[in-house]
Amino acid sequence: MNIPILTIARLTILEASRRRLLLALSVLTLVVIALTSWGFSRLPLMKNVTPAEVRLAASQLTILVAFMFSGVLALGSTLVAAPTVAGDIESGVALAILPRPVRRTEVLMGKWLGLAFLITLYAAASGLLELLGIWLATGYAPPNPIITLLFVAAEGIVLMSLALLLSTRLPPMTGGVIALVLFFVAWIGGIALAIGQVFNNDTIINIGIGSRLLIPTDGLWHGAIFNLEPADVLRLARAAGRARAGNPFLAEDPLPTAYLAWCVAWVIGVLGLANWSFLKRDL
Amino acid sequence: MQLPSTDSQKLNAVEAADAASLAIHTQDLAKRYGKTVALSGLTMSVRRSEVFGFLGPNGAGKTTAVKLLTGLALPSAGQGWVLGAPIGDLQTRRRLGYLPELFRYQGWMQASEVLSLHCELSRLPRSGWKTEIDGALELVGLADRAGDRVEGFSKGMQQRLGLGVALLGRPDLVLLDEPTSALDPVGRHDVREIIRELKARGTAVFLNSHLLSEVEQICDRIAVVDHGRVIATGTMDEILGRDGAVRVRVTGLDSSRRTELASYGRVDDEGEWLTFRGLRPERVPELVKALVTQGGRVYAVEPRQETLEDRFLQLLKEEEGR
Repeated sequence: MNIPILTIARLTILEASRRRLLLALSVLTLVVIALTSWGFSRLPLMKNVTPAEVRLAASQLTILVAFMFSGVLALGSTLVAAPTVAGDIESGVALAILPRPVRRTEVLMGKWLGLAFLITLYAAASGLLELLGIWLATGYAPPNPIITLLFVAAEGIVLMSLALLLSTRLPPMTGGVIALVLFFVAWIGGIALAIGQVFNNDTIINIGIGSRLLIPTDGLWHGAIFNLEPADVLRLARAAGRARAGNPFLAEDPLPTAYLAWCVAWVIGVLGLANWSFLKRDL
Repeated sequence: MQLPSTDSQKLNAVEAADAASLAIHTQDLAKRYGKTVALSGLTMSVRRSEVFGFLGPNGAGKTTAVKLLTGLALPSAGQGWVLGAPIGDLQTRRRLGYLPELFRYQGWMQASEVLSLHCELSRLPRSGWKTEIDGALELVGLADRAGDRVEGFSKGMQQRLGLGVALLGRPDLVLLDEPTSALDPVGRHDVREIIRELKARGTAVFLNSHLLSEVEQICDRIAVVDHGRVIATGTMDEILGRDGAVRVRVTGLDSSRRTELASYGRVDDEGEWLTFRGLRPERVPELVKALVTQGGRVYAVEPRQETLEDRFLQLLKEEEGR
């Protein structure tokens, strides 16, 4: 059956493959996984180390490695999504595609679907391989690996959706830079929120919540962290009192359901805006 | 309860009925980009099965008009119909072929893959794709490059590919925006032949071109557009006013009696050369006799065929003078 959204999604995936994006990412990721797994395998071999200490170190290092992968995914999603519409318009490819009997919404959503598939595939493949490497090296496995990977993929999809919206109006470079700046601002906003909560400062808390609602990437990252933390590690962290303030690699509570609903609504809203913007765009 | 229709609704119904029998019909179609007027009140009709030339200087609004007709840009005012449906209609776009002025196709794809993608987007039956793709590649002279990546193509080859893309599925209307801008003389000749073939099989062609000689050779009717509106439209004969002109080289004429020559048509005085416009061929001997009677020494008498370029420049000059 001929469904234009799927045609465009397939085209987006094929383009990533033909432009050797998938190959480059795969090779680099495998190298990183091999190196980090080797590093993890050194933990149990350290002098006078107890199994509990290996577990603690492995859990914290796993969160750091997850942060690296989520960063790669977020930045990669932005770099790929920012030129996806703007690049086609600038080059002229869109001039040949859009007069065909295909709606602009179908073109945009096809691109989103293709990119979302690539992001989920990368998050799942790289995450599962890395966690397998860590488990083989140390015997440590985080409590909820699948949910963690879903949060990491969701973070990439959120940023990709934002870059796609910007791509309907702004040149690739400008859209990409804006999306990245907002990503890092949200990260700092998350740290501010953690500090505000420890010191009970309402103003800082509100700024942090505002940034987390505006750009939900950091909120989703904290959802990923929480599902990587074993209960005993979490207990130790909570016992640290004010010393834990502002640690960007610590999540004390799971994400509220209302916030997850907000993230879904946020993506739908951004896509609605992107469709409206693209429909009204003169080419 | 049905409300009584207003006059404007009646008018629109009549226009829509007329538009259905035409390949393109626009009524006061306008486009503004901020304060810049790209197209101001374009009214024109293109019949089915005709080759229609759309001429104008740079910035006249030609490409804007094509973009409005294909739905790439939204009109600021006015109305337009393509193949009987309002412009932008999704179903009608299945019967539309378009070669953009800025032609670019996915460089990472093979030529045959680009055509295959457009077959898919045009919702052509999958069973007919191979025939369509092979036919298009053959027609535009790229049959031996079907498996090559587009990024390795020259500009001319990409334009040929674009023409192949525009002709997929035997469209009823083909819009070609400067289709030979990147082609060599052989390529231009090929495109002219393709356009003639399209006309022969009943396809309407809307040709946006700077190459006036090309337009003159293949177009049934033309419109000249300037500053976003049509300043002349008609068949080639109507536009060129082919009622004859004669160029005469003559010396020794009494300048005070030159006004007497006005009875032989409008005179363009270029010193020794005089051009008499609107003069029937049978009156040429009479003109020569009159010149000799006035003391003139006639060295040459040349029938003059006005070219589209002459007429085009004249029309623009007249427009500037208004």
